[in-house]
Amino acid sequence: MIKLERRAAPSSVGLVLIPVTAIFLALLTGAIFLYINGLGSPQGITWKKVLAVYGGMLDGAFGSTYGISETIVKAIPLMLCGLGVSIAFRMQLWNIGAEGQFYMGAFGASWLALTYPELPVYIMLPGMVLLGLLFGGLWGLLPGIPRAYLGVNETITTLMLNYVAILWVNYFVFGPWKDPQGMNFPLSKPFEPSAILPTLGDSRVHFGLVFAIVIAIIIWFALRHSRWGYEVTVIGQSPRAASYAGMNIKKNIMLVMFISGAIAGLAGMAEVSAITQRMQQGISPGYGYTAIIVAWLAKLNPFTIILVSILLGALQVGGYSVQTSGVPAAIVSMIQGALLFFVLGGEFFNRYRIVLKNQKKVEV
Amino acid sequence: MTQEFIITILATAITAGTPILFAALGELLAERSGIINLGVEGMMLVGAVCGFIFAVKTGDPWLGVLAALIGGGLMALIHAFLTVTLQANQVVTGLALTIFGTGLSGFLGKPYIGIPVENAFKPMELGILSEIPFIGPIFFQQDQLVYLSYVIVPLLWFLIYRTRPGLNLRAVGENPASADSLGVSVYKVRYLYVTLGGMFAGLGGAYLSLAYAPTWLENMTAGRGWIAVALVIFATWNPLRAMIGSYIFGGIDAFGFRAQAMGIVIPSFFLKMLPYIFTILVLIVVTRKAMANRIGAPAALGLPYDREER
Repeated sequence: MIKLERRAAPSSVGLVLIPVTAIFLALLTGAIFLYINGLGSPQGITWKKVLAVYGGMLDGAFGSTYGISETIVKAIPLMLCGLGVSIAFRMQLWNIGAEGQFYMGAFGASWLALTYPELPVYIMLPGMVLLGLLFGGLWGLLPGIPRAYLGVNETITTLMLNYVAILWVNYFVFGPWKDPQGMNFPLSKPFEPSAILPTLGDSRVHFGLVFAIVIAIIIWFALRHSRWGYEVTVIGQSPRAASYAGMNIKKNIMLVMFISGAIAGLAGMAEVSAITQRMQQGISPGYGYTAIIVAWLAKLNPFTIILVSILLGALQVGGYSVQTSGVPAAIVSMIQGALLFFVLGGEFFNRYRIVLKNQKKVEV
Repeated sequence: MTQEFIITILATAITAGTPILFAALGELLAERSGIINLGVEGMMLVGAVCGFIFAVKTGDPWLGVLAALIGGGLMALIHAFLTVTLQANQVVTGLALTIFGTGLSGFLGKPYIGIPVENAFKPMELGILSEIPFIGPIFFQQDQLVYLSYVIVPLLWFLIYRTRPGLNLRAVGENPASADSLGVSVYKVRYLYVTLGGMFAGLGGAYLSLAYAPTWLENMTAGRGWIAVALVIFATWNPLRAMIGSYIFGGIDAFGFRAQAMGIVIPSFFLKMLPYIFTILVLIVVTRKAMANRIGAPAALGLPYDREER
């Protein structure tokens, strides 16, 4: 018989073993689906071919300088959105609206770039950064207010606002902002050179990476060394204890939702400014949702978020690169979802050990 | 507005509300047992794609419905295993389920994009009922799945409030420890209703791909799963109120769709925002009311149950 026994302290081996096992099992799940999917194909499928798909993904993501730079380009919005949602998660606020906050940040920045194209670069770029932060922040604050004062479920409200933000941006790119020379595509005029974030060297890797690293350092520092960071941690762990201690929970909920949204908004600003260099439909392939996985896999640690983002960025770039060989890009979100399942399930083994009835202990 | 136009809008409200209703009923059952499942959107998508594939392959929409029930149920089983057995965080597991389901449905459905389904569910009259003035054309010129929902809603109400299993279900959601001490298996009840809930979500998805807009499109649920989760709060965990709420949402959906025909000149993007904005407003109002009247969620909602810690 198998019995479970609670561990006194989380297993230290598990801290490394669980994520590694989870990644392996998620890739295995993907492989099984690829195999089943290929069964009907005329050429037939072998495990060798499935392995070749993964080889292609790895090669696409890391096999060339271009691949590596694309991986980082995809990782930047994940880092920023992941950092954004992680602050909210720390306070048990389920902000799953990073996607909408990303769009609104991009919208605010684009508004400045398109409305005042003649601004000099030293006003334009800081202005776009500020508007990106502000619009994203307000989009996070919007569900934060009813959450703070009435306890309205923020999971659903932040999510509903994603759909609203995307429709809002679509209205502009299909309507007032549509580029007359855009061959009727839903995109705005290209930005002036003054509105484009500098890149690092010749690559497409842009200044957003610096934003992400700086913000990660600020968050790490604020959480460890500031009174505010202490309050956020305490409120997250026990709102009741926090309110006995005289902490202002309402104010902190709104502040955290604003900051959380602002960082995601900055991600949107960096994306339109450096990558698309104009506003257009579908600027995010779901960065805001992937960011949830990033934050959770990284256990909300700001520096781990940077590393995990690169991993998931690589998965996305790899996924695109094998699309030409007929593998649906949706395999990427499947693997990501499965990855989160295995990590969540694996946490159980951090808290419990499996004990066989004859008292032989199996360490995990 | 002519009477005919009002009838069309109200009849469409029911059609548009039915997928949300099925999903909401499923979530309601899961939450009654104490488990939040935020994977409704993902389970609906898997239901929609399974239903569509099987209906296309076999030519029988009912086999599609069966496949959707199984697909949604299996997805929910993942949630049950993680949250009940492994006591994982219910919110995050649900989000993972949605991300996984979105990917899985996109993956499975790729070869089926743009393929028409023959034998989709079509409206059929119910004899004399359909001829009742006003009521008939609204309620009784619908398809078979809508009629099925008319039967399911009162049955579920009866199950929850008037039967022994319903009492056990409510007890598990309110106070698992005392339900356990009375000999009710908390784990079994939670597995059962979370899985059943997933089957309902799958049915809601199949309604979209086999009746409402008989086709497969990636992400075709467009947030209906999330609206269903919000609706459960509006319904205060009562199936009858879930039905009313679904039709209100369906009505708003239908209105957004037909507003331009009514001569209202608002860009369609803003009309499409209506269901989402309305959901937020409803949540705010309902939460206020619930706070004033102290009506709340099942007391143990969201909390893992650990027998050892009883």
